[in-house]
Amino acid sequence: MNHVTLETPVEIPADAHNPVEPFLRMDRMPHIWCPGCGIGTTVNCFTRALLDSKANLDKVAVVSGIGCTGRVAGYARLDSFHTTHGRAIPFATGLKLANPELQVVVYSGDGDLFAIGGNHFIHAARRNMDLKVICVNNLTYAMTGGQTAPTTPGKVISATNPYGVFEPAFNLVQLAEAAGASYVARWTTYHVKQLARSMEEVLKKKGFCFIEVISPCPTLYQRRNKMGDGLDAMKYYKQASKLRNGAPTGECGLTASGEIAVGKFVDRDRPDYFELLRGQMTETLGDHFAEPEVMCKVCCDAD
Amino acid sequence: MPANATAAPANRTARHPHFADPKGVLTGVHFLDGDHACCEGTLAAGARFAAGYPITPSTEVVERFASRIPTVGGIFIQMEDELAASIAIQGAVWGGAKAFTVTSGPGFSLMMEHIGYAAMTETPCVFVNVQRGGPSTGLPTLPAQADMMQAKWGSHGDYGIIALCPNSPQECFDLTIQAFNLAEEFRVPVMVMLDECVGHMTEKVVIPQADAIHVTPRRYTNQPPAEFRLFEPRADQVPEMVRAGEGYRFHVTGLTHDERGYPNMNVSTQDRTVRRLVDKLAPLANDRAICDTAHLEDADVVVVSYGITSRVAQRAIDQARQQGIRAGKFRIISAWPFPEARVIELASRVKAFVVPELNLGQMVHEVERAARGPARVIPVTHAGGTVHDPSIILKAIVEAAQ
Repeated sequence: MNHVTLETPVEIPADAHNPVEPFLRMDRMPHIWCPGCGIGTTVNCFTRALLDSKANLDKVAVVSGIGCTGRVAGYARLDSFHTTHGRAIPFATGLKLANPELQVVVYSGDGDLFAIGGNHFIHAARRNMDLKVICVNNLTYAMTGGQTAPTTPGKVISATNPYGVFEPAFNLVQLAEAAGASYVARWTTYHVKQLARSMEEVLKKKGFCFIEVISPCPTLYQRRNKMGDGLDAMKYYKQASKLRNGAPTGECGLTASGEIAVGKFVDRDRPDYFELLRGQMTETLGDHFAEPEVMCKVCCDAD
Repeated sequence: MPANATAAPANRTARHPHFADPKGVLTGVHFLDGDHACCEGTLAAGARFAAGYPITPSTEVVERFASRIPTVGGIFIQMEDELAASIAIQGAVWGGAKAFTVTSGPGFSLMMEHIGYAAMTETPCVFVNVQRGGPSTGLPTLPAQADMMQAKWGSHGDYGIIALCPNSPQECFDLTIQAFNLAEEFRVPVMVMLDECVGHMTEKVVIPQADAIHVTPRRYTNQPPAEFRLFEPRADQVPEMVRAGEGYRFHVTGLTHDERGYPNMNVSTQDRTVRRLVDKLAPLANDRAICDTAHLEDADVVVVSYGITSRVAQRAIDQARQQGIRAGKFRIISAWPFPEARVIELASRVKAFVVPELNLGQMVHEVERAARGPARVIPVTHAGGTVHDPSIILKAIVEAAQ
């Protein structure tokens, strides 16, 4: 196998229409996202963060689950994996453990990460696995037609709660903190600068990091609830967002039209999975402990 | 089936042999149970990553791995469930590892979606299933062979997998290595289908020197990133691979995809992709099928069995021979793809097949399908929980010979 490493930072080609082009699979455009959807905005912020962090793009992998946000992996010009529904985090766990050099970013939606994949989220946070989890929270299952998600606020109408949602929703930032995440932040797609900065910050931070991005779904969430279009969502985010850095996450739950607490809520240093493993094994095995070399040696030698 | 599917494997290792990394090989003569022997097989094969979730009667495989791997250099991670374990290994594979998971009954059911993902994304990996009585929680500590059809058909859609059936701790070691090698050669998930008896029986296991253990390296490409296409098949229908972090900027998806790996959900891509996923394994249904046979030259009745049942059937075959009945042994080792070429050939010259198995009739359907009429096919079913009484199998042989 050729060992190719691109020089970073990435050079923007002179004929590029947009500075993010080098980060995207332009041969896959146009993308599938609806007008007014916020997922593309988050990808824009992500590419900005990659650029600013001077990450070696050959060593960044994106892992997605299934759903609208799950398609991010397919558009990012990185090693990228579109996995099964809910299982991006355990796939990413295996990838990271096999090659700790990789910066593994999990990029998926609220339904994928917190309903079907909820168990994996809390356990990866508990282990402080060195993963950067970006959750685009559009408050619904959009890909399948606007059904209720574990994040859908009370009273709103969804395809599966046609008379209004009555189940309480998860407060994702509180859940992440309680499960042990090293870094927890929330922004909206209105906060592009702050979001890009937060993404850059987690690319440089070790351990399990979580960023929630509140993002509009005009087609399936807002239309059904007479909440207007993408621009109306931006106005709402602008008006309702309150910067609450360091706020107790338990006070940061969301409602359909109330305040959106944004900011960085948690930034703490905990030993990550590898440090914990090494510490324990060294304590019990001493010199007999062999540093994990998970990559197959025979395969690499035969390479 | 395309002509090139039956040609000798385009396996680079056939020309340039590669051998086990001595660090993982516990050379010597041991007294091991099947689960532990299987674990030693994974280490000898080069697996340095295992993800598992506790379940009887398979947990001993990963318990031993958890004990051995920190001094060999690798990782065992106990995941939160079998769904996680069965996809974590695939992440590890794309990171460059040889990886496996181990389970039984209910856990195998939970892993089905990811067997399909491995088949669709052509991710070489190994699933060990120590079969116990089912359905549902069933008989957690007692044997069965009732997951054989599930191993082949359990995930949705059409796809191909390989399944191997050891009948002794020695074979648990040997066939586990072979499972990893076949996974790399064909880029498929491979099932090692133990049963509780084989997993828990203790026998002599000889582990050779590392330089006597053949290991198939991953088929990494030599092509540069600009030219390489991750799902473009070679002459043997199997594409070459890369691993993450090498500058290839590749994409893997469970969606129907083109040769670049990009989603391409149309009828022609679906047809081309799915047929290849199945057809690439054709050699194992034919000349490369793995079977253990005896007395087939003059056989009137052939006993087709696998796993622990093959050892019970041996007694019935010996007794039948003592009675003057020309009984033969056809032990299936590679159960999937089903070794149909051999059965088709036998069907034209024997009176009957007797098929004992610890289920209510699973592989017997494959024998019937391949026999296509000329020879009778007699199932000897058993709901599981223990092994057959050999006299029941003998009775079926005697009846079949008439």
